[in-house]
Order: sequence, then structure tokens, then C-alpha cells
Amino acid sequence: MDGHSFTLAGAQLIALGSGALWWPDELLFCVSDLHLGKSERIARRGGSVLPPYDTRDTLNRLAADLALTNARIVVCLGDSFDDMGAARALPEEERLWISRLQAGRRWVWIEGNHDPGPVSLGGTHLAELPLSPLTFRHIAHPQASGEISGHYHPKAEVRTRVKTISRPAFLADSDRVVLPSYGTYTGGLKSSDPALTTLMRPEAVAVLTGRNVHAVPMPR
Amino acid sequence: MVSLPDIFHDWFASKGWSIHPHQQAMLERADDPATLLIAPTGGGKTMAGFLPTLADLSQNPHDGLHTLYISPLKALAADIKRNLRTPVDELDLPIRIEDRTGDTSATRKIRQRADPPHILLTTPESLALLTSYEDAPRMFAGLKRVVVDEIHALAESKRGDQLMLALARLQTLCPELRRVGLSATVEDPDAIAHLLARHPDHCDILLADPGPPPDISMLETQEKPPWSGGGAAYSIPAVLEQIRKHKTTLIFHNTRAQAEIYFHNLWLANEDDLAIGIHHGSLDRQRRERVEAAMVRGELRAIVCTGSLDLGIDWGDVDLVVQIGAPKNVKRLVQRIGRANHQYNAPSKALLVPANRFEVVECVAALEAVTAGHLDGEPRGAGPRDVLCQHILITACAGPFAADDLYQEVSSVGAYSALSRKEFDDCLNFCATGGYALRAYDKWQRLLQRADGLWQLRDPRSTQRIRMNLGTIQDADLLKVRLRRSRGGKPLGEIEESFAASLTPGDTFLIGGQIVRYEGLREMTVEVTRRADKKPKIATFSGTKFATSTQLSARILDMFAQESWPQLPGHTADWLALQRSVSRLPQRGRLLIESFPHDGREHTCVYGFAGRNAQQTLGLLLTKRLEELGLNPLGFVATDYATLIWGLDALTDAAPLFNLEALRDGLDGWLAGNAVMKRSFRAVATIAGLIERNTPSARKSGRQATFSSDILYDTLLKYDPEHLMLQITRTEALRGLVDFSRIEEMTRRVGGRIDLVRLDRVTPLAAPLFLEMGKVPVAGAAEERLLAEEADALMQAAGIA
Repeated sequence: MDGHSFTLAGAQLIALGSGALWWPDELLFCVSDLHLGKSERIARRGGSVLPPYDTRDTLNRLAADLALTNARIVVCLGDSFDDMGAARALPEEERLWISRLQAGRRWVWIEGNHDPGPVSLGGTHLAELPLSPLTFRHIAHPQASGEISGHYHPKAEVRTRVKTISRPAFLADSDRVVLPSYGTYTGGLKSSDPALTTLMRPEAVAVLTGRNVHAVPMPR
Repeated sequence: MVSLPDIFHDWFASKGWSIHPHQQAMLERADDPATLLIAPTGGGKTMAGFLPTLADLSQNPHDGLHTLYISPLKALAADIKRNLRTPVDELDLPIRIEDRTGDTSATRKIRQRADPPHILLTTPESLALLTSYEDAPRMFAGLKRVVVDEIHALAESKRGDQLMLALARLQTLCPELRRVGLSATVEDPDAIAHLLARHPDHCDILLADPGPPPDISMLETQEKPPWSGGGAAYSIPAVLEQIRKHKTTLIFHNTRAQAEIYFHNLWLANEDDLAIGIHHGSLDRQRRERVEAAMVRGELRAIVCTGSLDLGIDWGDVDLVVQIGAPKNVKRLVQRIGRANHQYNAPSKALLVPANRFEVVECVAALEAVTAGHLDGEPRGAGPRDVLCQHILITACAGPFAADDLYQEVSSVGAYSALSRKEFDDCLNFCATGGYALRAYDKWQRLLQRADGLWQLRDPRSTQRIRMNLGTIQDADLLKVRLRRSRGGKPLGEIEESFAASLTPGDTFLIGGQIVRYEGLREMTVEVTRRADKKPKIATFSGTKFATSTQLSARILDMFAQESWPQLPGHTADWLALQRSVSRLPQRGRLLIESFPHDGREHTCVYGFAGRNAQQTLGLLLTKRLEELGLNPLGFVATDYATLIWGLDALTDAAPLFNLEALRDGLDGWLAGNAVMKRSFRAVATIAGLIERNTPSARKSGRQATFSSDILYDTLLKYDPEHLMLQITRTEALRGLVDFSRIEEMTRRVGGRIDLVRLDRVTPLAAPLFLEMGKVPVAGAAEERLLAEEADALMQAAGIA
């Protein structure tokens, strides 16, 4: 799998083309914003009845990534479930699937704004996870350093000589990494949005995901 | 039969008019269940449609709604209201006339439902919305007649299908309802009659006197048309001269962008300060209305416009129609010409202005077709099922319904008369549960079947969301353009979101005839400042794009075979001769392929003359082959006569491209993954109610609320490939893409006679293709390579790498 290597607070990290972050020294695998159960929540709230295959698709990709990396620790950076109801309504088949993925590894659910409380699934539930020299949390703290977070679903647009290409992207500077969303039914926020341009340092890099990864100066 | 009361005869006489034979005939058929009137523009068509209503209402007092008038344009409804007012006011008839469109105020709309006027003028979307209310039976009680204006235009789109479904609803509420359709000249009146009538009832077709043949020619200019381009700027002095010579001139363009550029150039050359306006669908409503009003008052000498002025609005004394750019379609040309000389029995005068030299050939071919009286057109298939899905949701908004009744009602619509019960049930099932192979959340169905067998909405609050997303018009997402001010500047119009996304602050573009500078995006509004001094970047927001009909294509190919071209202007004949000398002209029985570099990319131009649909399919298949051959295709564009493909590497051997077996292999796979299918899916899923464009909260919060419809498409394709939405998408795409047989036929016709010509630059014949809209991107290896190049360059520049 293609990846972009970089260091944060001395830790060697790889931004993978799938949108996951890999910390080889700790065998730690990290994803953000899975939004499992999103189609169920939309239907429940009287919106349209979207194809109910999003959870399955997200788990398929997660399983493929885990098989490749053979991670010892998995950190889900919050908004793993589209809401607490979606976590409860997860079909038995998909709960079992998650349990199988959890077997033999440490699994941490970080709380997100969509899923603020513990869910009835295996694994540890934490508001944030400090793992020296890094800290894993859902929403970035502007003053923090060595921080891994998600929440914003960043994407970046690159103007090539032929056309503009937009893809989900990691944003990284010397203080932090913001992960792209991993869930199938998720949109993105442009890196040029003030929420991200004020958060990231001027020299920040955006790593576009996809078949291959591409690092560019963060488009502002 | 209804006879015309004397007061009308007297009123006609006082105006110096006499009743036209077809107006009399419409009165005589007032009691027929359905009548289709085909009359040229200016033939008093609308009056013919309304006379039976006016005659009836002048003699028999009526409570509530009597006649419903439907037009495809809001402006047309307003215009007809003005025209009807004249006889009603002058004869002092007790008739209340009102219009109801998206622009009508909310309080007025509520009042209209409680206390409807005698004559209500509206659009298909507003009518569909009315039928979605629980009080629809009360509002439409007593309705006697419905008049569908410009039905030929509606018949070409899903708006017409939605309208006919709504009429079926009304017919159930008012079994005695009479239907009248008013149409311009069309090639197949029977097809439109079939759409209009309640199936299987008969519908009489009434043909009015078509009037004298039009006076139509190609504009002679001192200046030669350019080799390529769509702007026709060369024609400005000659067209200004024509404007001076005539009272009012309509100048039609095929796209909004061309209209903007032309209008801009016209103003720069307008030394006499002639009053010239612009009118197209992207302009702000107030600006459009101002132009319309000035036109009606006869204050404008010319108006630059697009299809938004195509329909039969009475714009006063138009005595010349100018068509800039090839008309693309003979039928539409004839209808546009009819806009000139709004007096019955006077010939219409029109001038064709080719924008470039290929269009000279097209214009001459079109003139020959008009003289020969050959109209063209393609038959539409069965009623689209995405529109039916929306109709089912609309029906559910009005109250509980029985599936059997609704199926019967839908079957009475001509376009849906062949719909099977299974197809209907699939649509109902989709509306109720999503219709997925995986029954995931039956608890949260949209529609529920009650114990008594009737269907109803699970959550009554969903009526709001359904109504917000009603309609079948699939405009690309549009963003409002405003002048930057402290407190919200003047609205100028709208541009496509994709165009806005391509802008960086400082870019300039044309809108409403003025050059503006892009400043930034603020809460879904594009902010601009005025910029008088600069040349614009471009205005690429597209209007409706027309395709040249296959009939015209065949005429053009025949013309190419000539030794010389006495019927063409010298410059164009020279141009074809030049093409013949630097490359070749396409011939019947052979296939010409040109290969050349241009603007940093390699191009391959395939002159199949197989019609736009087949050329489009060919583009999809050839880019797949090129990807397999490692030539890194990036995209293509197709017209009726050629497909132009661009990529990173040059084609040097054409033989492997046209291996029929290889082309057929993977056709399905490729179709599934391509951008045309995704575009069709987006439209289908939006109309059917799977994707909600508008939600009560979404537009405001914006962020993360939406994700691309491509994700839904990919997910369905992967996990539920037989799903109804994908079935409909395939049907739709094939309508636009045409089956493989056409390509097989071309390959057979050509045999091995392929002429691959390698050149060092764009050829005269290929140049116009660069300006075609509707480019289809190819996502392949080339995209990764481009990103890698750009990323390297950017990192180098930033000193990071």
C-alpha cells in the first residue's frame, strides 16, 4: 500500500492511501470518523432511505487494511458511529464482524461529538489517548502538540495543468496531524476553510489519499 | 359544440380582427375529451385554447376553478395573463385570472388554495405541488378544462411526464375534464397526441394553416468566419447593421456563455447606443423581468438570448430572428424562425450566422433541409420510472392511497400505458423501503401499508422534505453571484458550482454583459466586484447544449463528397479544400482518424459521423482501449460527426483500437464505471427522491452534511447491482449513449479502411471540437501521474521537497 512517511514529535508515521494512519514502531493503526450506521440514522430521522451498505463497506476496507498491517493497537478517533442510536442499532452480523476484527489486539474507541458516550461493543472507551510522545483525540486543541485528531473530514484540491483534482487528505504540520474521514458515506471540508487554515501552521502539508498518496503544501 | 357569443364577435370586429378558422374549430370541439392544436407561432394559438373557456364563463357563472393553463415557463404564464386580461377587462367579464409559479408569494398561494380563481396559469412543478396537498380535491372541484401550452417543448423532457401524471390525478378528481394541447410545428403530431390524451382515449389533431414559407438565408458578411470558435464576433458589424434596419431583432445563441460574450462584443461596437438587452436562464430574475418588460414596451431594438426565449411569449414586434451558430436541429430552427413577424400570414424573416467555417456547412445543410420541409426528431421511450417514483411520493403527501387505484391511474398516462404491474410495484417498493436486496431498516420505511391495505407516509413530517425536493429539472448546482458590498450587494445571476470552484480570486468572467472579478465565496454566494477594464477569463457556465441531428450529419457528409462547393461561400469552400490538402475530408465507407499534439496533450480525432450518441459511446470504448494500451487518456468530447480524445501519449497505430471483440469485452464494466453513468445516476436518484437536494437544515450548515452521489452509485454497484436506481440509470444512459449496434454497423461499413493521419498541429476540421461542452473525464493512470507531477513541482517551489 502506498504511503507518505513523516515524523511528528519524533514519532515515525505513515499516512496510508486508504486514509488510515500507521505508526510502525508501536504497530498502531488509527482511523477517524467511521460514521458507522449513517444510513440507518438518516432513515430513522425521516430522511431518504439510502443504500444500507455503508457500514459493510467501511468494515470491508478496515478489515483489508488490518490484514495488511497486522496492527497490535487500533485507535478509532471518534465519530465512529453516526449517533448513539446507530451504535445500538448495528445489526448482529456487523457487531460480530467488529468483534472478530478486535480479536487479539488492543482496541480504543475515542469519543466523538456524534458518539459522546461508551458503546456496547468490546474495546476501551476514552475521551483521549495519550501515548508518548503523541496524544489521540477527536477534535484538535489549537494549543496542543504531538496531536493526532480527526473531526473535520479534510479534503484538498490540487490544480494540475489539465484539471482540478479533489481528494480526502491528511493535514500535517510540526504540531499535529488531522486525519481524513474513513467512513463510506462521508463528505469533506476543503483545506482552505478558515477552520483548517487557522488551525494549521503556514508550512502545513496536505497528503492526498487514493491509489497513490501525494503530499503538497496545504492548499489555502 | 360551443358557439362564440356575439359580444366576442363584436370585440373582434372592434379590433379589426376576424376569428381564425382553427379558433372556430377549437370552439366546435370544446366538448371533445382531448384536442391537440398545431399552429405556427403568431397564429393566435393561445386564444384558440382559451376561447371555449371565455365563451363558457361569459354565459355560465362558475364557482371556483374552471380552467387550468400550464406552460413550461413562468414568464409565459405572466405574459398570457396580460394577454387574457385585455378581452376580459374590455368586455367586463366576471372572470378572475391569476398565475401561480415559484415566484408567487406564500400568502397569495395559500389564498389561491382556499379560494381559487376561474383561470389559473401555472407550471408543471407548481401543479405537481398543488396535487400534493390534502385539500387538492376541494381546490380542483369543478375544474372543466386544462390547456397545456407549448406541449411540444414539454414532451421532450421529464417535466412533460410529471405533468401528464398530475393530469391523470386531476382526471380522477374531475372525470369530465377536457384536455387541450397547443403545439408548434412538430415532425410527429401523433406522438404528442398520445402523450396528451387519457389513454386509451382518442385525441383529435387540428392542424392550423402553417402560413407562408419563411424568408430565411445565411448572413453575408465582409468579414470571413474564423477557423474555429463559437463567438461569431466577426459578424458584429453586419448584425448591428441588420439591427438598425429592423424594428426589433431577436439574436438566438445555443449556449449562455456564447450569448454573454456576444452581447459584450455587441456593446463594445454599439456606437449608435442602440437599446440592446440580454436574456438567459442564468440571469437574476429581476434582471430578466426588466428586460422582458422593456421588450413588451417596444423599447429594445435587439435582445441577445438563448433557449429561455424559445417559447411563444409575445415579445411585441419582432421582425427579424438571427440565429448565431449552427441551428443543430431543423425543427428547433423552424420554431425559432416562427418568432419573427408575429402576424399571421406574413412570412417570417430569419438570418443564420455561422460562428465558424464548419458551421457554415451545417447552416447550408440546415437551409436545404428547411426548404425541403424535412423536420427531424428522435422518438422518446417509455415514461421514465424515476419520475413515477416521485409521483408516488407526491401522491402519498396528499393522503393514503390504494396501490391498485394508483396503478390504474398511472396506466391512463400515454407515456406509462405500457408500464407493467411489476415495474409499478418495484417503484412503490423503492419509495416504501428503498427496495434494497438487504432489508436493513424496515422499522424506518418511508411508506407503510396500513391494516386496510392503503399506503401512507410513516412520518407525516416527511411531506415537507418531499415537497422541497419536488420537480424534475436537473440544473447543475447553481450559486448566486452578487456584487461585494458591506450589506449584501446586487444580485447578478447564477453560475454553476463547478465553474465557481475553478475560479481563484482575481479571475474575471462575464455575467449579464458585464465583466466581474471573482473575490471569494461567502455562504454559498459568489462575491464579485465590477471590472470595466479587463478582458474576461471566460464564461463557461453552460446553457442547454444542442446536438446536431443525424439527418443534418448525413447531409454534411454528402456535401463533403463534392468535387467543389458552389453552394458554400468561398472562404468555407477554401477551408474544406485546405482540410483536404493538409489532411483529408471524411468519406462514406472509410474512417478518418487524425492524431496531433496540442496544448501539451496528445489528441486523437475520430470522424465516425455516426451521430452524437454513437460517437459518445465510441469515446467511452476507445478511451478504455487507450487506457489498456498504456496511452494515458484523460478525457473526450463527442459531437455528431467526431470524437476528440486527449491524453498524455500519441496514437500511432489505429488497428488495435478497432478490434470489435476487444471493444465489446468489458463494455458493461466500463459503462458501469464511467462518468456519464454517474451523471445519469445523480439525476435519476435526485428525481426519484433518494438524494435530497434541499433539506430543512442542510444548506445553512453546509459542512459535511452532504457527500457525493458518486459514493452512493459506487456502493450500489458493489453491493446491490440490480437495484431499481441502477436499472433506471442504465436505461437513461443507453438513451444517451445508444447501443453497441450502431458502432458495430459503423465498423462493418468501414471494414479495414481506416486512415490514420499523423499531423503536427490541430487540423481545420478538428478545431471546432475543442469548444464543445460536455467533456467526459477519464479517471485512470493519467490522474496519478498528473498529481505526482504537480505535487513535485509544488513541493519544489515551496522548498519542502
